[in-house]
Amino acid sequence: MNDGLITTVLIALLGGALRVSTPFMFVALGECLTEKSGRVNLGLEGTLVLGAVVAYATSYHSGSPWLGVLAAGGAGAVLGAIHGFVCKLPRVNDIAIGIAMMLFGTGIAFFFGKAYIQPTAPRLEPLSLGAWTGDAKLATALQINPLLIVGVIIAFCMWWAFANTRWGLLVRMSGDSAPAARAMGVSVDLVRFLATAGGGFLAGIGGAFLSLYYPGSWNQGLSSGQGLMAVALVIFARWNPLRCVAAALLFGATGAIGPALQSVGVTQGYYFFNAAPYILTLLIMVGSAGSKQAAREAPGELSITK
Amino acid sequence: MEPSPWRGVLQRLRRDSEYIAIPVIALVISAVAFSLFLLAIGKAPLVFFELVHRGGFGSAFSIQNTLQRAAPLIFTALAVAIPARIGLVMIGGEGALVIGGFTSAAIAIPMLDRISPMPTLMIMALVGALTGGVWIGLAGFLRHARGVNETISSLLLTYIGIAVMNFFVEGALRDLTNPNKPSTKPLGDAYMVGKIPGTDVHWGFAAGILIAILLHILMTRTTFGFAARVTGGNPRAAMAQGLPVGKLIVICSMLAGACAGLAGFFEVAAIQGRANASIAAGYGFTGILVSFLARHNPIAIIVVAIMFGGIVASGGLVQRRMDLPDATVLVLQGMTFVILLVSETLYGRFAFFRIDEGRDRT
Amino acid sequence: MSEFRISRRQFMHGAGAMGASGLLAGASTPALAAGVTLGIVYVGPRDDFGWNQAHAVAIKGLKAVAGVKAVEEENVPETDACSKSMESMVNLDGANIVLGTSFGYFTPFMIDLAKKYPKVEFRHAAPLWDGSKHPKNLGSYFGYLNQAHYVNGVAAGLSTKSNKLGFVAAKPIASVLSNINSFLLGARKVNPNAVVQVIFTGDWSLPVREAEATNALVDAGCDVITCHVDGPKVVIETAEKRGVKSCGHNASQAPLAPKGFLTGAEYKWETIYKIYADKVAKGEPLPNMLAGGYDTDMVMNTPFGAGASEEARKAATAAIADLKAKKPIYVGPLKDNKGNLVIDKTYDNYDPYLDQMNYLLEGVIGSIT
Repeated sequence: MNDGLITTVLIALLGGALRVSTPFMFVALGECLTEKSGRVNLGLEGTLVLGAVVAYATSYHSGSPWLGVLAAGGAGAVLGAIHGFVCKLPRVNDIAIGIAMMLFGTGIAFFFGKAYIQPTAPRLEPLSLGAWTGDAKLATALQINPLLIVGVIIAFCMWWAFANTRWGLLVRMSGDSAPAARAMGVSVDLVRFLATAGGGFLAGIGGAFLSLYYPGSWNQGLSSGQGLMAVALVIFARWNPLRCVAAALLFGATGAIGPALQSVGVTQGYYFFNAAPYILTLLIMVGSAGSKQAAREAPGELSITK
Repeated sequence: MEPSPWRGVLQRLRRDSEYIAIPVIALVISAVAFSLFLLAIGKAPLVFFELVHRGGFGSAFSIQNTLQRAAPLIFTALAVAIPARIGLVMIGGEGALVIGGFTSAAIAIPMLDRISPMPTLMIMALVGALTGGVWIGLAGFLRHARGVNETISSLLLTYIGIAVMNFFVEGALRDLTNPNKPSTKPLGDAYMVGKIPGTDVHWGFAAGILIAILLHILMTRTTFGFAARVTGGNPRAAMAQGLPVGKLIVICSMLAGACAGLAGFFEVAAIQGRANASIAAGYGFTGILVSFLARHNPIAIIVVAIMFGGIVASGGLVQRRMDLPDATVLVLQGMTFVILLVSETLYGRFAFFRIDEGRDRT
Repeated sequence: MSEFRISRRQFMHGAGAMGASGLLAGASTPALAAGVTLGIVYVGPRDDFGWNQAHAVAIKGLKAVAGVKAVEEENVPETDACSKSMESMVNLDGANIVLGTSFGYFTPFMIDLAKKYPKVEFRHAAPLWDGSKHPKNLGSYFGYLNQAHYVNGVAAGLSTKSNKLGFVAAKPIASVLSNINSFLLGARKVNPNAVVQVIFTGDWSLPVREAEATNALVDAGCDVITCHVDGPKVVIETAEKRGVKSCGHNASQAPLAPKGFLTGAEYKWETIYKIYADKVAKGEPLPNMLAGGYDTDMVMNTPFGAGASEEARKAATAAIADLKAKKPIYVGPLKDNKGNLVIDKTYDNYDPYLDQMNYLLEGVIGSIT
């Protein structure tokens, strides 16, 4: 492979990271918030899909894609609120409810989404940050959706808030030890309810990105498991919002390896290149001597890591 | 006064009837909720439930349709239930199913027409169970040895497993006489797992029930099962008691993977007759929900899997007769399962089921 | 709401144009009584802007024909679910013709069902039926879409400046490879320097990876993009966003690319389904094999879009006339892109040898493994 090809692949990885990572980022941040409070919501795949169709439909009817983004967040928050409300009942398993809610959210989205496969809705416009490079490929790779920037800002806010604010403390306490939080007069159920609804809101926005920006249309195969994977990425990112961003970017970039290598003529074994994000994530998890540390960073109340 | 010998039995029946009554109440509530949904979109609920009955359970054909669809779900649900007993959330059954199915088809290729069908099928089943077992066993091993979270690693292994199968099925092991559906060489009719006599349901259904019962006995009646449950309840305490926690985790994971691998074997040997991308049909993911609904109880898994099979089997009829999109069934499943899971909160809340319990214990 | 352009008039026209033409082979099945119930099973959603929709629109037209009842089921995977769905159509809906529209339905499911229900007619949408091996109440129908992709290639070959054409493909199966190779041959006919770069996504519907593949092709210098995936919407829209030209597949995507659309390859399933309905109405047996292309009005090209120059339109129109006159696409000898001689002589457009295609011709950059 000569230098030109390597540059092409590197630019593709950069572009892939910037294009593909946003839904992973929003879902992972949402789940991060929820899990920090001590609850698991495996149903965010359904939230993502519902968010996608609600955003597309709202944008189509109102003509405003940003209203669509907001509506998607609202739909996600409703699903999250149902999850949050139901899971506070004794003996109700949050993992199982999550999977059932995934079916429910997907079902509702597909059911009402039929009417929106054909129409073309107004999409979100990118910000062109690469015009100064004077290189067409680089300029395209650097076209960024505002939602990506919003996501990164949210991640920094969450990271700061967990460490420095009373709200952050409440969420962390509810997640680490419910009895201790209750002893201090914290309404653990309320904190978790809000954290789950908030998590749903963010995941819904991730769906809006899929249908309104990239790939930028609504159909039933739109998500292909990204929501489920993003939930898993939170464990990989060890419940740190900034690491969630990094994990999402890494996942997006490695996802571009398959198509990029084929486009420069490295064509054999594309199934493995296409599986690169999964292989790489697994290798990093095995390779990082994280066992002890990860156990310390996991919220103590979490049903998935006990 | 001497209590009647029947009294204890009756009381136990009354107490256990809670496990029937509450799910039934939940099913009725979800039927009502779904009826409201149907009314809201202008469809007749009664027609819908009549069709579900007819399509899922109403005739010999429908019942067999339901049972056949339940077969893979029993296996993939067991693949979640066994690790759940030891406290692991394994969601990678799909990957083990694919790897198990693919390797069983691959091992068969050199044996066809050389070795007779019965031993070939035995070897295929063994290989499928073994490779499936290794696949999930790996997730269990990584959990124990490196602290890698098994939920995420088993999910990642699923995607990797599908890539491995596709690579071989579309490359080295591709049957070139089948140009439009990349597959391994077909087994041929003689080498297929047959139907249960008198029915149209393949032997995988019977095997699923048998293995569910065996695993139930293993997990409830043996020291291994006891040790696994202790570990699941409190790994630190189990470690302190000197239980071989690591070994237990890996063995439970391997058992789980073997179940999913067998599901893959039956998909190949009873359904497709070859390995191809169609064996990754999502049974592994559905199995997660089946197991949770059955509260990881192997016997209950059989019942829930059949219920699931019935809903899916009737889905087609509903689509065709009521002109509803296929997502209707997803909505019904989602509603029903959320309500069923929520109903678990009701256990122990009704005085009727608890009567006299306290006095008995004294 | 539907942007799909098959009108009732076209539908009737297509049916009239059909006669004894097409590959009608071995019509040996017993006559069916009028009052027919036709069951059809789709692998994906009925409205995917592509493969399944093309069938569903044709079926919708058929429902309007007197005496024909159609029952449909969507999102049926290529597992025993498909045979159970079909069986349920036979047992519970009284279907007497069952159509399967996905490759994986044929072996083993439809073969077994045809044996089990000898009185029901089964037809499958791929040229797989073989009279020497398969039951007589089973059969195949197919539109040779590669002919329309050849026309796409002609238009693309005259529209490229970089001489690099991009092809986003799902899986390396024969019908996809045939479309890629025909696209190349069309382009080479008018532009000997054209090459086709292919990216396989690995599955039929992966919108994000399809968008990534399109971007990667454009980054690699391709300035005309086409595809063979179930729903081409994402590929065409992404190409338009990147400012390159595009050719459609399966259904009309012309409205999705108002600037760069050249033309697209489309099926005319309604021709085939109308033949079935007519035969049934007259009490005649259904043909076992019903396949064709431009010469039998079973495929077509989307009307030219704004991206197509006058020169490209002329050449493409001439290519269509050639195909209607049965001029062969595969004129040998041709080598594959590893240097092996794969097309030793000139083959007729319907030669069964071409149905077995498992290579990419010289001029295609890509690998099937």
